[in-house]
Amino acid sequence: MAPQYNGVMNFSSPAAAERESDPSDPNVLLSFDRVTLGYGDFVVLANLSLQIKAGEVVALMGGSGSGKTTLMRAATGQLSPQAGVVSVFGQSIVGLGGAGLQSLRQRMGVLFQHGALFTDLNVFENVAFPLREHTTLSEAELTHKVLETLDAVGLKAAAHLKLSAISGGMARRVALARAVVREPELVFYDEPFAGLDPISMGVTARLIRRLSDRLGCASVLITHDVAESFAIADTVYLVGQGELKAHGSPATLGESNDPYVRQFLDGAPDGPVAFDYPVTPDFERWAACKGVGP
Amino acid sequence: MNALAAVGRFTLEKLVVLGQLARFFGMLVTRLGIVVKRPRLVIQQVHFIGNYSLLIILVSGLFVGFVLGLQGYYTLNRYGSEEALGLLVALSLVRELGPVVTALLFAGRAGTSLTAEIGLMKAGEQLSAMEVMAVDPIRRVLVPRFLGGIIAMPILAAVFSMMGILGGWFVGVILIGIDTGAFWSQMQNGVDVFNDVLNGVIKSVVFGVAVTLIALFEGWHCRPTPEGVSRATTRTVVAGSLVVLGLDFVLTAIMFSH
Amino acid sequence: MSNQKVDVWVGLFVMLGIVALLFLALRAGNLSSFSLADTYAVQARFDNIGGLKVRAPVKSAGVVVGRVADIRFDDQTYKAVVTVNLERNFEFPADTSASILTSGLLGEQFIGLDAGGEDRMLVAGDDITLTQSAIILEQLISQFLYGSAEREGAVD
Repeated sequence: MAPQYNGVMNFSSPAAAERESDPSDPNVLLSFDRVTLGYGDFVVLANLSLQIKAGEVVALMGGSGSGKTTLMRAATGQLSPQAGVVSVFGQSIVGLGGAGLQSLRQRMGVLFQHGALFTDLNVFENVAFPLREHTTLSEAELTHKVLETLDAVGLKAAAHLKLSAISGGMARRVALARAVVREPELVFYDEPFAGLDPISMGVTARLIRRLSDRLGCASVLITHDVAESFAIADTVYLVGQGELKAHGSPATLGESNDPYVRQFLDGAPDGPVAFDYPVTPDFERWAACKGVGP
Repeated sequence: MNALAAVGRFTLEKLVVLGQLARFFGMLVTRLGIVVKRPRLVIQQVHFIGNYSLLIILVSGLFVGFVLGLQGYYTLNRYGSEEALGLLVALSLVRELGPVVTALLFAGRAGTSLTAEIGLMKAGEQLSAMEVMAVDPIRRVLVPRFLGGIIAMPILAAVFSMMGILGGWFVGVILIGIDTGAFWSQMQNGVDVFNDVLNGVIKSVVFGVAVTLIALFEGWHCRPTPEGVSRATTRTVVAGSLVVLGLDFVLTAIMFSH
Repeated sequence: MSNQKVDVWVGLFVMLGIVALLFLALRAGNLSSFSLADTYAVQARFDNIGGLKVRAPVKSAGVVVGRVADIRFDDQTYKAVVTVNLERNFEFPADTSASILTSGLLGEQFIGLDAGGEDRMLVAGDDITLTQSAIILEQLISQFLYGSAEREGAVD
């Protein structure tokens, strides 16, 4: 589908209607059931419930520090929830270790915020890494698969390049190729649009949607970019202030009257998320030392 | 009272680090099987750690040998025993200077590069990415480097000692004019393969384990910021060097006391 | 760097290490004087072994013919029992004498064998009966002082 820029690029799949959320649905690939996440005493998200199904593109949105990346780390099993159950592919991931966790992770792909490419390998070897580690493909088969994946992101002719020779946008696409080379059923994109120019942003958005449709996988976009994600997402979850603030299709959220949602979508400087940092006793003490009033 | 509390806290902190280090060592040892399944990874690390250290070891060994030859001659000459120069140079190198100086240079050159590399991989989320791709980063990244260091150290120490003896020979025989036959025969009579050479090799293996372990530990636990990496590399050199010197004392006491 | 090139360089590195170790063992150390030839064990008792150590050489006419294998103390006769491994192709008469000598003035101590004249040869397990203990410097000095004191006394 060729992009037509008329202010909003719309690549949503046709059936982007409200979906029933049914926990026992075998199509549910990722489910959070009343999950509380935090580090020690510091709680990031409380009582969170969400479901993600195959073929869906879901946008997880929220301001900085709202816990989006924490959510992703809980889904990949890198962080244990303080309460509640996180299920991946119908299996609880809480407390699962060793071989069980490894086999679940092999069905997931993750695109990290800054790519997290292996700096000592070139483009081809980076994308080939998951195949070399987990499969026993012959060199010819492996080469074919890697080049095919690189071709899908438009970088087949860059396979020989070293990482130092490619731009940030290209690196992001290489990381994307590496995340999907084993055709995972669940893919996470951590801030895929951050720091990209408009062209790269459009390209990345189109790639995410196209890959999702082609592989039939569930894609979870963790982002705070409203325009791009609303254009391709089927469902949006908005988190903030330690809880799930809203969820629904992009259209539903766009019509919401919740003050937090409105401030987020409109980009208003002040609202439920205050502009001014709150005064603390530590600050008052420091100000007194400096000889200034709070 | 505050000083006492400070000392107590300091001791506790060091104990915690020691415990972490022991656990880290355990984690590495239980995953050593990678050398059988993916020997190429270990070979690559032997290359990065060993081959790239070769130049500094060769040159340092040679010059240490030069100096030993010169200083040794000045002292022995006073007692008319210049012909024992070969023995002096060889014993000093094989028993002590070879393993210890090589370990100190190793901590500085290979140790810091290991720490920085692991720290930067941590900062760039590469280790996290591996974890999520169901690849154990300890097995894939740390263990090959650990084995590479253990293999490279004794080789480097032996090369250092050899270059030192040759350097001492050059200064003593070629420049100063000591009889070459006396140089080598006194050395051969006095250097015992088991007591001296083998003990030196054992020392260098122990130092290799210690320095590589500390380097990997600091990189693995460092804070993923430029300052964190810088502090970690400093700790690698300082802690590594102190541990080498301490272990040297203990090993010498065990091995060379009759 | 391609895998093959890395392998070659690492191979060279390990080779260099082996060469260095062989150099240290053979050229710097005394491994080359180790004989792997067959040996037979013979015992000798000394009043004082001085600084003799295990693996010290056993020489006859200045040539190494064996090594000291074991040094023990006999608490019945209060003497040191030294077990010596002699190379099998060297036979010594049964009345051979063994003395503890020093190489050079302050060097390592070794056992020197002086062949006797008997027809019967030493076999494994035999004892060397004629032995001379090590020269202890302090005893030498006290002997000298005692001797010179005696002479002084004799003059008076």
